[in-house]
Amino acid sequence: MNDELEELYQQVILDHSKRPRNFGKLPDAIHVHGDNPSCGDEIRLDVKFGPDGSVADMKFTGTGCAISQASASLMTLKLKGKPRAEAERLMHNFHTLVTSDTEPDTKGLGDLVLLRGVRKFPQRVKCAMLAWRAFEQALGEGGAVTTEGE
Amino acid sequence: MMRAMTNNDWMKVRADFPILDQQVNGKPLIYFDNAASSQKPRAVIAALAHYYEHDNANVHRGLHELSSRATDAFEGARMKVAKYLGASQTEEIIFTRGTTEAINLVANTWGVRNLRADDVILLTEMEHHSNLVPWQLLAERTGAKLRFVPVVDDGTLAFEPALLDGVKLFSFVHISNSLGTINPAAELCRAARATGVVTLVDGAQSSGHLPVNVREMGCDFYAFSGHKMCAPTGIGALWGRMELLQEMPPWHGGGEMIVSVTYERATYKQPPHKFEAGTPNIAGAVGLGAAVDYLENIGRSEIFAHDSELAALAVARLGEIPGIRVLGPSGQRGALAAFHAGWAHPHDLTTYANEHGLALRGGHHCTQPLMRKLRLPGTTRASFYFYNTTGEVERMAEILRAARKFFDR
Repeated sequence: MNDELEELYQQVILDHSKRPRNFGKLPDAIHVHGDNPSCGDEIRLDVKFGPDGSVADMKFTGTGCAISQASASLMTLKLKGKPRAEAERLMHNFHTLVTSDTEPDTKGLGDLVLLRGVRKFPQRVKCAMLAWRAFEQALGEGGAVTTEGE
Repeated sequence: MMRAMTNNDWMKVRADFPILDQQVNGKPLIYFDNAASSQKPRAVIAALAHYYEHDNANVHRGLHELSSRATDAFEGARMKVAKYLGASQTEEIIFTRGTTEAINLVANTWGVRNLRADDVILLTEMEHHSNLVPWQLLAERTGAKLRFVPVVDDGTLAFEPALLDGVKLFSFVHISNSLGTINPAAELCRAARATGVVTLVDGAQSSGHLPVNVREMGCDFYAFSGHKMCAPTGIGALWGRMELLQEMPPWHGGGEMIVSVTYERATYKQPPHKFEAGTPNIAGAVGLGAAVDYLENIGRSEIFAHDSELAALAVARLGEIPGIRVLGPSGQRGALAAFHAGWAHPHDLTTYANEHGLALRGGHHCTQPLMRKLRLPGTTRASFYFYNTTGEVERMAEILRAARKFFDR
């Protein structure tokens, strides 16, 4: 078997793609939509920020390949409860993990490091980043709320 | 060809395509993305090289030797295309960048001239975006309405003459790029003609795959792309009935298309030049002419028979793999098999296939509304051409069986 494929589609990734965690909707949350028009992957991400700007709760729905679904599922598990600065740091490090040959600081990424194999498949980076781009957009909208309290 | 092609003949034909002889990810390349773009035989590559090494100049205006040769090569290619499609006049062939531009040309000339508010443009639910979006744009401009012939479960059209009520133009795909359905073009054109409806046939998937004669088909316009039939990218053509072409206003203004120009106005040449402003893709046309010669030498009936055998084998083999559902008609089909695999998303499957040297295409195949109707996020498609082999189809089945074990764990 092909090692790069084995690395890309590890058991945990396939498991998350078939049984995504935090799959669903959150009423009274910020809703953002992300898509990859060229391949048809879609995500709706619902994020609730706490008064201090931390990520209080997060759910997603959507359709897409194993990589985009697993990345979304793992992202929600990892970011829930994180202070904003920490969430941004993880987003930055995850992007480096899937796009760069230099290993980022993987502290706190947990199972997300299993998506490292994506860096060997440049065409699939957009799949891995779909949920994260949606989160980035939510941060922009949520950020407006938090700066009011500062 | 006087006699039927043997396996040996097909292997010789395959050897005309240098690109096929390579390894991808350590495995022999299996190129099954022909519906997106075909490969080019040496004869076409050599024609391009010969043109640039010996004859290159601008066409029509020059009085020097190279310009004459370039003009002869360019206009010679037009003659070949006209004969290839069974056109009654060479001047009915307008060179375009491809199918998309040919359809846009009709929408922007014939369409703008003839369509009024509440006129109906009839399309089908299986159209490629290139035979949908130009009409949406035209509908926005003119107030015309779009209507669609439904696609039923087996991937065929549920056409009935009543759908033609109030219709000015019926534009439909000859062979569906996402289902493989071969629509009964002659029958549809006859029904349209009987009620005075103008027809456009999108021939992107048919021009290189089966014998096409536009007069026998009875359409008014036929659009196709060269690159799906062994020619270079960036060249294709629109065939149109001369009486319609003559009435159509020009589209792009510029050099080549005029008779005389003052600061205030211009008069235009006759078709086809009226629709070919600016320096055309001369080398592309030369390459298209060479591709036409190449395909005619093999024979389009032979090509169709070979492609049909590959498609039928693919449908049979895919059907043996649990969880795979092949889309499209059960009988005769075009040179492709698109399928849904319950155990893997099309992109995961195409990534997997690519790691095994197999080029498939995954996605919506530029037919998003059809995918939505079928409630599929997309499909995986294997599309064939005459240089593919039954051995390659068997190898694809092997790879997909292994893919199922890999993803379904």
